[in-house]
Amino acid sequence: MPEQPIIRIEDLHFTYPGDSAETLRGLSLEIAEGSFVAVLGHNGSGKSTLAKLLNAILLPTSGKVYVCGRDTEDEEHLLDIRRSVGLVFQNPDNQIVANVVEDDVAFAPENLGVEPQEIRSRVDEALRTVGMYEYRLHAPHLLSGGQKQRVAIAGALAMQPRVLVLDEPTAMLDPLGRREVISTVERLCRERGMTVVLITHHMSECVNADRLIALSDGMVTADGTPREVFSQVELLKREGLTVPATVRLLYALREAGFDVPLDALSVDECADAVAALLLARGRV
Amino acid sequence: MESIIRTEKLTHVYSRGTPFEKTAIHDVNVEIYRGELVAVIGHTGSGKSTFMQHLNGLLRPDEGGVYVEGEDIFATKEATRDVRFKVGLVFQYPEYQLFEETVYKDIAFGPRNMRLSEAEIDERVRESARLTGVGEELFERSPLELSGGQKRRVAIAGVMAMRPRVLILDEPTAGLDPAGCAGVLKNITDYREATGSTVLLVTHSMDDAARIADRLIVFHEGTIAMDGMPEEVFSRQRELVDMGLDVPQSAAIADALRARGVQLPSSIYTSRRLREAVVALAKGVAPC
Ligand SMILES: Nc1ncnc2c1ncn2[C@@H]1O[C@H](COP(=O)(O)OP(=O)(O)O)[C@@H](O)[C@H]1O
Ligand SMILES: Nc1ncnc2c1ncn2[C@@H]1O[C@H](COP(=O)(O)OP(=O)(O)O)[C@@H](O)[C@H]1O
Ligand SMILES: [Mg+2]
Ligand SMILES: [Mg+2]
Repeated sequence: MPEQPIIRIEDLHFTYPGDSAETLRGLSLEIAEGSFVAVLGHNGSGKSTLAKLLNAILLPTSGKVYVCGRDTEDEEHLLDIRRSVGLVFQNPDNQIVANVVEDDVAFAPENLGVEPQEIRSRVDEALRTVGMYEYRLHAPHLLSGGQKQRVAIAGALAMQPRVLVLDEPTAMLDPLGRREVISTVERLCRERGMTVVLITHHMSECVNADRLIALSDGMVTADGTPREVFSQVELLKREGLTVPATVRLLYALREAGFDVPLDALSVDECADAVAALLLARGRV
Repeated sequence: MESIIRTEKLTHVYSRGTPFEKTAIHDVNVEIYRGELVAVIGHTGSGKSTFMQHLNGLLRPDEGGVYVEGEDIFATKEATRDVRFKVGLVFQYPEYQLFEETVYKDIAFGPRNMRLSEAEIDERVRESARLTGVGEELFERSPLELSGGQKRRVAIAGVMAMRPRVLILDEPTAGLDPAGCAGVLKNITDYREATGSTVLLVTHSMDDAARIADRLIVFHEGTIAMDGMPEEVFSRQRELVDMGLDVPQSAAIADALRARGVQLPSSIYTSRRLREAVVALAKGVAPC
């Protein structure tokens, strides 16, 4: 028997109070435990709204969201759901509440009344996991953007969630900061079995995901492995999403009548495919 | 080429004499030429914003100077004030600084400060709104009601309305989605085309820099580590990565192809050039 999905969404509709139009228009999805799912979509497509529905900050207008089998509308389970789904947002500065890194990470478990000793070990563990243990006594506002986001992730981890939802966590970071955050998240998924839902505009951050979901105007327009989704070049362009340079090159060669795979996503795979073509044609 | 901005041994120290003393930029010598579009890149904290804020007199150097069209902008109070109209600065996340009741008033704020006539102000507001794709139907709306991308454009329009000879933008595309980024970049290149202005912009996106810049300046730990045409800078992938930066994906693909024996010209760093060159090679036409 297949394992039950950690998140199950059934015909989810959502309209903000007082809004005339629906923001989410009939979403059905299942997310497998331990998977790394990237969510893409133009601004206003409903990504952040979906993130908030996953930990019951918002509740469905109709349809259902189940987290670990529990209905998010079931008030009895609210605390459990909030604990199971950790949320990290775009702006690292808005997420910091304390003047010392370790206090910041301890904030949520303290609020939930977790035992002091237990908090201590969770905070240390969380900071080690994101590679920020050495900074535990530093002032958060003096850290780089990538470091701040890793502290925010540690804060979410201290709640020991089973799902980590990150809403454009790298949008304000420089390339190094982006690499730090993405490699942290990938490690959490691959080594700790954490389920990760990563909302992002950066295609390079999705390449290693197990699954990529594209939203448009509150509906799913593409859902598959990165290879499957990125090779739908026309669809991505239509949705205003950027296509990785690897796929654009392969696509241009296909359009010119050459037989190359469209799913050689990484730089090396793409270079191998193109070099093989040129070699076969005696151009190298 | 005619120089429009020159810095000499520009140095800035924050919180001098306190335990938090920090030399943000050090001994920066640079010459910007009229009509150039320069992208400034560098990791967070490398000194980009500090540098940019000197160019319109907002920050005073601790050592060294800034010359705009040959004039020392810190020589007199008047010179420091006048430079604000010659060199327009769009801050990072400028949408947080929209404060007027309406979009129109916000865009008109700068020209009004310049004491222009109402007719001139009106013309400028309409022109810069057009250049930034801010529809006139938004003029009487409150800036607070707009989407993030629209707010950003209104803020940029407000600076453009002063028609500065040099337009400086600090991370103008940060936090926008790909469509929003493309829109803002197009606004910037349209403004430059329409006015012949010089443009400097800070960006973390190597792809944006590759797409629109004539020249790249790379900051590292408060000094200029590289300065050159995009093809020169992006050919130093290893050094850029060591500085916490990146190259555009197309430059990395071109590099990987060269490593596999494919003969490609060194000037490839945008997706379009890469596609053209590779398709030409595959077809048996020599790439140019
Ligand atoms: N608090 C809110 N009240 C009313 N409408 C909202 C609110 N938040 C978002 N919206 C609207 O819902 C739609 C989806 O927004 P959002 O989920 O933030 O999209 P995304 O994260 O994909 O950019 C947009 O049209 C937005 O204007
Ligand atoms: N107002 C300030 N007071 C003290 N230090 C500052 C201030 N602004 C910036 N700095 C420091 O100066 C250095 C350069 O900062 P900045 O010019 O903002 O870099 P960038 O724009 O490249 O991120 C950083 O180390 C930063 O922490
Ligand atoms: Mg969002
Ligand atoms: Mg800056």
